[in-house]
Amino acid sequence: MFVPPQLPGKKDLFIEGDLMSPLDRIANVSILKQHDVDKLYKVENKPVVSTSDQLCFLVRPRIVNVKYVAGIVNADKAAGRSRKYKIIFSPQKFYTCEMVLEEEGIFGDVTCDEWAFYLLPLDDDLLSMELPEFFRDYFLEGDQRWISGVARALELLNSVFGPFTHTYGIGRCAKMVYEVWRELVEESECDGQARRPEISHVFLMDRDVDYVTALCSQVVYEGLMDDTFRIKCGSVDFGPDVTSSDRSFKVLLNSQDKVFKEIRNEHFSNVFGFLSQKARNLQAQYDRRRGMDIKQMKNFVSQELKGLKQEHRLLSLHIGACESIMKKKTKQDFQELLKTEHSLLEGFDIRESTSYIEEHIDRQVSPIESLRLMCLLSVTENGLVPKDYRSLKSQYLQSYGPEHLLTFHNLKRIGLLTEQAPGEALTAVESKVSKLVTDRAAGKLTDAFSSLARRSNFRGISKRLGLIPRVDGEYNLKMPRDMAYVFSGAYMPLSCKIMEQVLERKGWLGLEEVVRLLNGNEFAPTEPVMEENPTWEAQRVILAVFLGGCTFSEISALRFLGKEKGCKFIFLTTAITSSARMMEAMLETRV
Amino acid sequence: MEWELKEDLRDCLVAAAPYGGPIALLKNNFRKEKSPSSRPLLEIYSASGVLLANILWKSGQVVQLGWTASEDLLCIQEDGSVLIYNLFCEFKRHFSMGNEVLQNHVLEAKVFHTEFGTGVAILTGAHRFSLTTNIDELKLRRMPEVPGLQKLPSCWAVLSRDRVTIILLAMGQDLYLLDNTSCSVVTPPGMSPHAGACVQMAVSFNYRYLALFTDTGSIWMGMSSLKEKLCEFSCDFRSPPRQMVWCTRPRSKQRAVVVAWDRRLLVAGNSKECIQFVLDEDSYLVPELDGVRVFSRSTHEFLHEIPEASEEIFKIASMAPGALLLEAQKEYEKESQKADEYLREIKDQKLLSEAVRQCIEAAGFEHEPETQKSLLRAASFGKCFLDKFPPESFVRTCRDLRVLNAIRDYQIGIPLTFAQYKQLTIEVLLDRLVLRRLYPLAIKICEYLRLSEFQGVSRVLAHWACYKVQQKDKSDEEVAHAINQKLGDTPGISYSEIAARAYECGRTELAIKLLEYEPRSGEQVPLLLKMKKSQLALNKAIESGDTDLVYTVVLHLKNELNRGAFFMTLQKQPVALSLYRQFCKHQELETLKDLYNQDDDHQELGNFHVHSSYSSEKRIEGRVAALQNAMDEYYKAKNEFAAKATEDQIKLLRAQRRLQDDLDKPYLDYSLHDTVYGLILDGKHKQAEQLYRDFRIPDRRFWWLKISALAEREDWEELEKFSKSKKSPIGYLPFVEVCMKHHNRHEAKKYAARVAPEQRVKAHILVGDLDQAADAAIEHKNENEMNLVLSKCTAVTTDSSVVEKINRAKAQILKK
Repeated sequence: MFVPPQLPGKKDLFIEGDLMSPLDRIANVSILKQHDVDKLYKVENKPVVSTSDQLCFLVRPRIVNVKYVAGIVNADKAAGRSRKYKIIFSPQKFYTCEMVLEEEGIFGDVTCDEWAFYLLPLDDDLLSMELPEFFRDYFLEGDQRWISGVARALELLNSVFGPFTHTYGIGRCAKMVYEVWRELVEESECDGQARRPEISHVFLMDRDVDYVTALCSQVVYEGLMDDTFRIKCGSVDFGPDVTSSDRSFKVLLNSQDKVFKEIRNEHFSNVFGFLSQKARNLQAQYDRRRGMDIKQMKNFVSQELKGLKQEHRLLSLHIGACESIMKKKTKQDFQELLKTEHSLLEGFDIRESTSYIEEHIDRQVSPIESLRLMCLLSVTENGLVPKDYRSLKSQYLQSYGPEHLLTFHNLKRIGLLTEQAPGEALTAVESKVSKLVTDRAAGKLTDAFSSLARRSNFRGISKRLGLIPRVDGEYNLKMPRDMAYVFSGAYMPLSCKIMEQVLERKGWLGLEEVVRLLNGNEFAPTEPVMEENPTWEAQRVILAVFLGGCTFSEISALRFLGKEKGCKFIFLTTAITSSARMMEAMLETRV
Repeated sequence: MEWELKEDLRDCLVAAAPYGGPIALLKNNFRKEKSPSSRPLLEIYSASGVLLANILWKSGQVVQLGWTASEDLLCIQEDGSVLIYNLFCEFKRHFSMGNEVLQNHVLEAKVFHTEFGTGVAILTGAHRFSLTTNIDELKLRRMPEVPGLQKLPSCWAVLSRDRVTIILLAMGQDLYLLDNTSCSVVTPPGMSPHAGACVQMAVSFNYRYLALFTDTGSIWMGMSSLKEKLCEFSCDFRSPPRQMVWCTRPRSKQRAVVVAWDRRLLVAGNSKECIQFVLDEDSYLVPELDGVRVFSRSTHEFLHEIPEASEEIFKIASMAPGALLLEAQKEYEKESQKADEYLREIKDQKLLSEAVRQCIEAAGFEHEPETQKSLLRAASFGKCFLDKFPPESFVRTCRDLRVLNAIRDYQIGIPLTFAQYKQLTIEVLLDRLVLRRLYPLAIKICEYLRLSEFQGVSRVLAHWACYKVQQKDKSDEEVAHAINQKLGDTPGISYSEIAARAYECGRTELAIKLLEYEPRSGEQVPLLLKMKKSQLALNKAIESGDTDLVYTVVLHLKNELNRGAFFMTLQKQPVALSLYRQFCKHQELETLKDLYNQDDDHQELGNFHVHSSYSSEKRIEGRVAALQNAMDEYYKAKNEFAAKATEDQIKLLRAQRRLQDDLDKPYLDYSLHDTVYGLILDGKHKQAEQLYRDFRIPDRRFWWLKISALAEREDWEELEKFSKSKKSPIGYLPFVEVCMKHHNRHEAKKYAARVAPEQRVKAHILVGDLDQAADAAIEHKNENEMNLVLSKCTAVTTDSSVVEKINRAKAQILKK
């Protein structure tokens, strides 16, 4: 365990909020108690009341956290109190942390350790690194500190389930992870080459390749759950309104939950029907009791009853959850919201959508939601028209306060909320210019363009990849025919579509235009791909790596794709994300 | 011996290292005249007398030579300075035994080994002792004065007891013990009062035993604690011996001392008898762990107690199982049936495994490969008749003997015994081979013993490379290339370590070249920093993609360079710059501002001020000032929107301040929307109107805001007044909504009638008036709306008329 023996005896443990859920998945309170942990505290900006002589801190390697500890130590020093302090950094210690300890003059008073925690299996097919800060750190601040961690996780999987023979990817971060990982592989190159890989295909993708999907409202059950209740580390806290009792429950959501397993990937509109069917079946099974003789009854009680009871409990929980979701969603005119989103995706009625967003802001419906809609508008439209850009922003500031001026700056930098360049379609100009000017100058020019906030080019990509399905009549959500079902048949998630295309084509051939619109940085195996045994091809396993987080909708879509194509997707993500989490990561607020 | 010495050993200063170590000779040391032609000559030989290196001695008068545990030569000079040379007479470093020695001179010195390392003890001209227990961590200890010591003591020795180092000295008949603080007189127990004055003393290899030789020819042997006497021996020789050393074997009951005179060697122990040898030449004794090495101009011998196993086997007419087994095997080779007889005899006594064990053990003690072989053959022969004899000891002994035989070869010249080899461990032996630059042999041994690459071959290769970089006659390219060719990508090789060595030798360029081969950037960077190649280090760190490494370099640069140069460096490396900015955000806000200033990054400066306006500034004046600054910066950045927004914020802050003063309620830190809402909620319509005009709040927002606030206040009168003030820009449906939100159906109904026709159905439904909703829908002849109303009809009894009405209307539409 990570509570190291170097600090024996009773101690109080301070945990950073971020790390609480992962820790809880691994060690519950009683295990911690066995390791002589007396009291547990959350790291927050409050004076410390602990009376223990030994304090242990489990934190992320961030300067703020070190300063927090420094504050405690220095306060103790001033009060003439001496205790032992130990900081455990997860997943690793950084030089800056020690540097700050030194600058604060407590380097000698504190011992440090690392908890090398990289992968948390949330489910059979889902591994999370639980690094929600990855998104902001890398894409906004340009901080590459987590890259080596991801590469190490990849190498771990490679050494156990690999060797990965087919590695594809797109995005700058993906490319970097890939390169660092290759170096690691070369360093430890020894055996295992002849092994038959369990996972042979890997696809790495940056979150900024596809913001659109992450910004859409989720309508698949698991995604909707996440949007509504916030799934933390694969478990969710159901409040009294769901459990229909006065207690809150913590429920693990994974494939162990038989009921959940069947509905997690379903469109929400199907879920109720399914649950009621299930309830009827359950009743029928209970009803079998009647007309049993003693022996059968004994059998029933000892063998089936427990399972049924369990199922019953789960079923009632999920029904409760559904009701709660319905209540919340219908109140805010969820349908109207979805309609707006769909028209944004399709590029119709932009004017109307813009005023819908405006009203959304004016009425202070929700700061995060408004921001999300603005971003969705910007990303799908390749930036806002200058007039709208200004007016929406100032409306927003009036509603939610001036500090969001900085939020907008962040959003602009990361490319989520931008202004259309005055020259209209920039790409057209660009191509014209590059034809006229000499190669070298053109190179410089494109450099200059790419240094601007990246452009999404969503419309063009959408057209080329056919992301908006042409529907004749109603889209049958009960029997979906493509991945678009995760968004009610209105939109096929871009990230998943790219993966599908590349894996099908075994490379980027034929996708050149899309790649250009996605700003390049794609890669594929360099050596010619050997023709594999087709039977094996059918049951291959693909590791989908999302750098900066992936949403449950994407997971559902790829699970669906896997079923269609007869392969299996395994997910490795820096964290589970959602539109709200993404927006919150960009927020600048008063502390 | 390979050497051809012209001088007598007695004319040289001699030092031989234990564990079959090298021999150092300093010739002509004792001649007083110092003409250049007769300068002393320092020579270092292997134990077999092969010359390793020699130099002309140009420093001062040497008092004593000695070897450290890591086989460096210590030359203790008269002036108290100690020079350290390696095996190849290359000067390594020097240290001094204190300033007082400069005048007093060192009279005598001894080098000793304890668990702390190698120590040096000196006796100065002032008859004071000083010592250090570890020359690598020099801590000089001046021992207390010995009362009445006016001339050289007749003999002295260094003892180590319970981790304390003490000195025992003899002055005539008295023995003194010197520890850190005091000097005490001691008498060895059981020493006869007539024994006379002590003239020579010897301490055993492990400091446990002490032997004293007196001028009456009596040898007292006892524990070094001076608490127990082992035995006493009286010999016929009175003259002080040249050398006296212990000769024991670990875990043996027999203890003996070897005393050497010019031409005579005497072994005395716990027995009336003694063994005497005649020495043909001047000889020198080297105490070892398990015996004594005796070398002279022509020979080099090892004197030790016969181990039990060997004795059992080779004793004349021995009937020990080992002896019988050896015999049996010999008969077997002669194809004689006697073999069976011998074997049967051992087996009858059930001693066969004991016999095999004896043979294996005895083989280890033998130096002659032939004898080793015959013993091992016997062991393997005996093993055939045993069921479950664990093979490890046999295999291990075979392997170890091979290694030992290889290093005992006179060209290598490390005559280790089996016990010494075990004590030394293979790792140290490899180190010693490496020290002697016997890289090929070391690698062969590693391969033979199948040591892991990391421990074995790689380590040797790394040492080789480190040696290679010191060859100054070759160009950097050549050396780097040669090293890379040999080392390639051998796992466990650290190019950075080799590069570090190159740098130590002053070959910075070579070090950089070598670092190019280092695959791990984490290893490259620290050395580059040390070499002050910070630019290169920064590039490497950034290439590696390891943020932590970049930080290491950046923070290093920050201390190394002046501010301007540091900023300039960062300018060229955007990655480093952005990382440093992040660091500053938390740790050095002012530096952050400077950074932005240097870049003329007005946008970021603006952001910086906005941030500080709500995070660090508490007073309203300070906040306004910060925002003022931000506004200026935004204008410079040509970001008019942000500038305008900031200006508005300043205006708002001031307005809020006024309101706070006037109304005595907190308004600060609310958004504009919230402020106006709050005002209306408190019924301050005039002030609200004022803000509405000042900030040009869009009508639609203001209307929404006002009706929501009024409804929350349940000020229905005011709401109605407001609804009639002018035509609503948001229509009247919101009025219905807010009323219903606060459960006032009565008020809601009033507005439902005013809702625009296309939304009227919705309004009626909201109010819950399905009948009117149906009417409106029918009026519009809108099927969708009708269906909407239908879907709301749930209660069968009350809504039936509505349902009927709609169905009729629908039928009518269909008819048309």
